[in-house]
Amino acid sequence: MRRITGAVLPVLVVVGVIVAIWYAAAYNMNRAWTLDQAERRGLEVSAGELFTDTMWQERPRLPAPHQVAIELWNTTAGEAMFRERRGELRPNPRSLWFHAFQTLAPTLLGFVIGTLSGMFLAVAIVHNRAMDMSVMPWAIASQTIPILAIAPIVIVVLNAIGLVGLVPKSLISAYLSFFPVVVGMVKGLRSPGAMDLDLLRTYSASRAETFWKLRLPASVPFLFASLKVGIAAALVGTIVAELPTGARFGLGARLLTGSYYGQTIQIWSALFMAALCAAVLVSILGFVERTTLRRMGLDR
Amino acid sequence: MGGAVLAVVLVAILDWRAALLLAVWLGAWALNAWMAQASVAGARILVPVVFGLTLLTLWELAVRLFEVSPVILPAPSAIALAFAANIPTLWVDFVQTILRGALVGYVLGCGIAFLAALAIDRSAFLQKGLLPVGNFIAALPIVGTAPILVMWYGFGPSSKVAVVVAMVFFPMLVNAVQGMKESDAIQRDLMHTYAANYWQTLLKLRLPTAMPFLFNGLKICSTLALIGAIVAEFFGSPTVGMGFRIKIEVGRLAMDMVWAEITVAALAGSGLYGLMALMERQLTFWHPSHRSVRN
Repeated sequence: MRRITGAVLPVLVVVGVIVAIWYAAAYNMNRAWTLDQAERRGLEVSAGELFTDTMWQERPRLPAPHQVAIELWNTTAGEAMFRERRGELRPNPRSLWFHAFQTLAPTLLGFVIGTLSGMFLAVAIVHNRAMDMSVMPWAIASQTIPILAIAPIVIVVLNAIGLVGLVPKSLISAYLSFFPVVVGMVKGLRSPGAMDLDLLRTYSASRAETFWKLRLPASVPFLFASLKVGIAAALVGTIVAELPTGARFGLGARLLTGSYYGQTIQIWSALFMAALCAAVLVSILGFVERTTLRRMGLDR
Repeated sequence: MGGAVLAVVLVAILDWRAALLLAVWLGAWALNAWMAQASVAGARILVPVVFGLTLLTLWELAVRLFEVSPVILPAPSAIALAFAANIPTLWVDFVQTILRGALVGYVLGCGIAFLAALAIDRSAFLQKGLLPVGNFIAALPIVGTAPILVMWYGFGPSSKVAVVVAMVFFPMLVNAVQGMKESDAIQRDLMHTYAANYWQTLLKLRLPTAMPFLFNGLKICSTLALIGAIVAEFFGSPTVGMGFRIKIEVGRLAMDMVWAEITVAALAGSGLYGLMALMERQLTFWHPSHRSVRN
């Protein structure tokens, strides 16, 4: 019980303060518009009316927290995921679940591709000196290139050669989740100390045996740390990949259309949905991490 | 060796162009493998350079031999020509996006985050409350805030600075707070027995021990800053800037110019990262990660 109050209370207080600041900021930023409207109609507004109006504007500069919450509720629980159209059951583009799914599918596919190829490359780097010396410096250098900023071009180019839909988006997320996995996995595969390696040598273990019985298990904690970074990066990649081609579905598309039509509430709810997706994905990985490490006897 | 030659011959029966590419790749790889194995003097630099040059050569050859349309992928030589021909434009974009947007936001965001970390460091309550929230927000797609911030601050550089500040703040904060906690209780007690006050402890003990974490944050943020500034320009910008130019040139299908902008972004990103790594090497030479031990 004390552990819960000790850990949860500060977080609740901080979140409470953030929400309070948010309300104050919403009042401040939306006030000008309300006053402007009242002046044009030649009306006087009382302080109370001014406050309520800033909290319930249709296109506020900064929507109040409850407006975002209501929009989130209406577009998730309030809308069916599928609707009947011309005798067919089709996904309902008003449902935020549908957009989240449109973003999550390429994210997960890209994450799987990125992780597998990252692990494969890491194994090659650890076991081949030439690979290590050629690939590793370029892998690190490519991290310094703002790939996310370039992602839109890749999408447009792939579009031009007829690749549309799931694949181009997942290529971007694969690319972004690829490098954290390579770096973490290489570090992990190299983490067994000289003593452990010597011990296996006294057992006259082969390279393959050393890999399966020592290096791979030792790399697991590093791998999970990288996977958590990688999946968040993959999600950001998919969202950015949705921006340039004017995609109609997905969280990135919601952001873009919201920005075109000044629908700030829609932007904020898409942003929160993306945040929720990231949090859920990372915590699922965290759960898998804890279970795996406990089974391997590695948890602390 | 024999296997490689056989593979080239077999592919040559199907398509001589693919065989040529394969031969170049295998040849360069054999050279690299030999240099790595024989520990030739300067191999640490030569091997990656040869690898990079091989990739560029393969790219150039592939585009020329398979006659790839320049709309899809221009050859490196075409990109270099576009780069040389458009240096004034590239420079203006560089100043607008990197110097006025990314760099200003980087310095501001990292500075504010550092000051916030100092404040958080003095309060255990804030540490327990703000860090989980900070970690959560650091994992969010902050790029998504770009349309909102562009709406608030207009199309000029100030909205890009705002996006960059939002993007670098939390990663830097989390690293700085973590770094501030690095000094041991025993070291702090020692400073206490010296009757050192808060500022002396901060300057002589805690900042130096926090240094590796601070630099880690600075290095992560150097790329984030560029990403933020360029992506924000996709949501609206004056008629100058790298994000704007990329959007326009993609529309005109002038891919060589787009890749020239990418080259500028890559150079700027590597430069900033390299600068941070160099400073780190100078300032934290004592840290174990800089000892040259091969595992």
